Amino acid sequence: MKEERKEGEILKILEEDARTSDSEIARMIGVDEEEVRSTISELEKQGIIIKYKALINYEKAGMKAVQALIELNLSPERSTGYDSVAERISKFSEVKSVRLVSGEYDLLVRVEGETMREVAYFVAEKIAPLEQVRNTVTHFLLKTYKENGEIYEEEEKGKRLAVTL
Amino acid sequence: MTLIADRVGQIKSSGIREFFDIAQRMEDAISLGVGEPDFVTPWSIREACIFSLEKGYTSYTSNWGLLELREMLSEKLHHDDSVYYDPEGELLITTGVSEAFDLALRAIINPGDEVIIHEPSYVSYKPCALFAGGIPVSIETEVGDEFKLRADRIEDKITEKTKAIVLNYPNNPTGATLTKKDLEQIADVANEHDLLVISDEIYGKLTYDGEHTCFSTLNGMKERTILLNGFSKAYAMTGWRIGYAAGNKDIIEAMMKIHQYTMLCTPITAQMAAVEALRCDDETAEMVYEYNRRRRLMVEGLRELGLSCFEPKGAFYTFPSIANTGLTSAEFAKRLLFEHKVVVIPGSVFGDCGEGFIRCSYAVSQYELKEALNRLGRFLVTCGVK
Repeated sequence: MKEERKEGEILKILEEDARTSDSEIARMIGVDEEEVRSTISELEKQGIIIKYKALINYEKAGMKAVQALIELNLSPERSTGYDSVAERISKFSEVKSVRLVSGEYDLLVRVEGETMREVAYFVAEKIAPLEQVRNTVTHFLLKTYKENGEIYEEEEKGKRLAVTL
Repeated sequence: MTLIADRVGQIKSSGIREFFDIAQRMEDAISLGVGEPDFVTPWSIREACIFSLEKGYTSYTSNWGLLELREMLSEKLHHDDSVYYDPEGELLITTGVSEAFDLALRAIINPGDEVIIHEPSYVSYKPCALFAGGIPVSIETEVGDEFKLRADRIEDKITEKTKAIVLNYPNNPTGATLTKKDLEQIADVANEHDLLVISDEIYGKLTYDGEHTCFSTLNGMKERTILLNGFSKAYAMTGWRIGYAAGNKDIIEAMMKIHQYTMLCTPITAQMAAVEALRCDDETAEMVYEYNRRRRLMVEGLRELGLSCFEPKGAFYTFPSIANTGLTSAEFAKRLLFEHKVVVIPGSVFGDCGEGFIRCSYAVSQYELKEALNRLGRFLVTCGVK
């Protein structure tokens, strides 16, 4: 199998289910286990595979977590543009994602906290006061329908017959 | 008065039906007995169908099917398989390949004409030949020869009554494929003995090793081939019932005549959805990779459990031998269902030479596949295998 195709297949399998074992992957794509192991460790080393995490529906688990998307307008800095402030914001553990986007604002930040008040205070105290931040708009998330390609409340599956010839 | 016509009465209802009824009703069984993709139809196709209903597309269409759909199909066949069919006269949209197969036989068979059918094979072929007044002539294919239909075996069966050969590769239930060279040898026989070939290529896109060769592309075969295909497997559209037949003008015209008086046209809603399916073609490749991964998982898994398993090169079925269990395939399937809640199809359903095999579909999620293999493993231990 071509190197690129092999890497692509492995990434696809792990993206779908990060708990697939090396031996299963080896079987699925028809190469030996050692080759899978070395390819994966290479992908990890290169930072292509960043981490293996579970996608959790906390709402369902009954653990209340409040999330908000924060739009930030920034003044870029002379030498580093948006990078230094974006990196600075990224360091807060309350911040779950930071993305530079085109359009009416510059950064889109996802923040998580236990209560609305906690999130609001975090934005007011830690983000808004930053020198490069010109203004912020906070959108509290009300319900998640789909995340990372996974639909949370799966539509009713049409039932296949157990036997069709 | 005999209630039922002889033509129908002669077809015995399969003894396995009762088992299938139980399997259908058993709630928590894992089914490897499925003959359809485990995805629902892609949303863009469903959405296009809903939109067509909103716009009021609810009428009959041309008996031939929507011209737009035939034109797109013609282009697709030309692009994918380098074979050209005129959308006006050489292509007929049908209610699934099932209808197309029936039309093809009824269009060409005179009473007593013989139709060569390789086995193990899909369950409809023989009955349809009989319904059409023909005589099915079986050729058994063997696992030792990768379940291939061989040209010389066909020649052995040819009589002056032989009218057509039915070909279904990639094959249901074995997953076998034929190489271009294998097919060319069959084409030579068809030419030499002036035979038609009904080629059911519904699994053509699901080929994992090498390329699928469309039978019509072989030298001189376009005129002799009735090419059947559809949307069920490649676009996960089984319940929509939509397929097509392509062939020479006279035969397609004759098929249309029957279709016109019996079916009138394929439901417009399915046709509108099929138009969208042809527009969003690029998902097939990813689907083939996914099936291929499951295929390998299943074949290796079955072998590890101690079953000898032919390596399927197409479709989404494995056809392992269960000879070493000492059970018939029907017994095997029944016990596996009752004792371990896994549904498989006894190979005997697909012809006498399917005895000693079971058909396991890998059109199931990887989770179900692995769990089914676990249960099968436990069952095999009780059978004394491994």
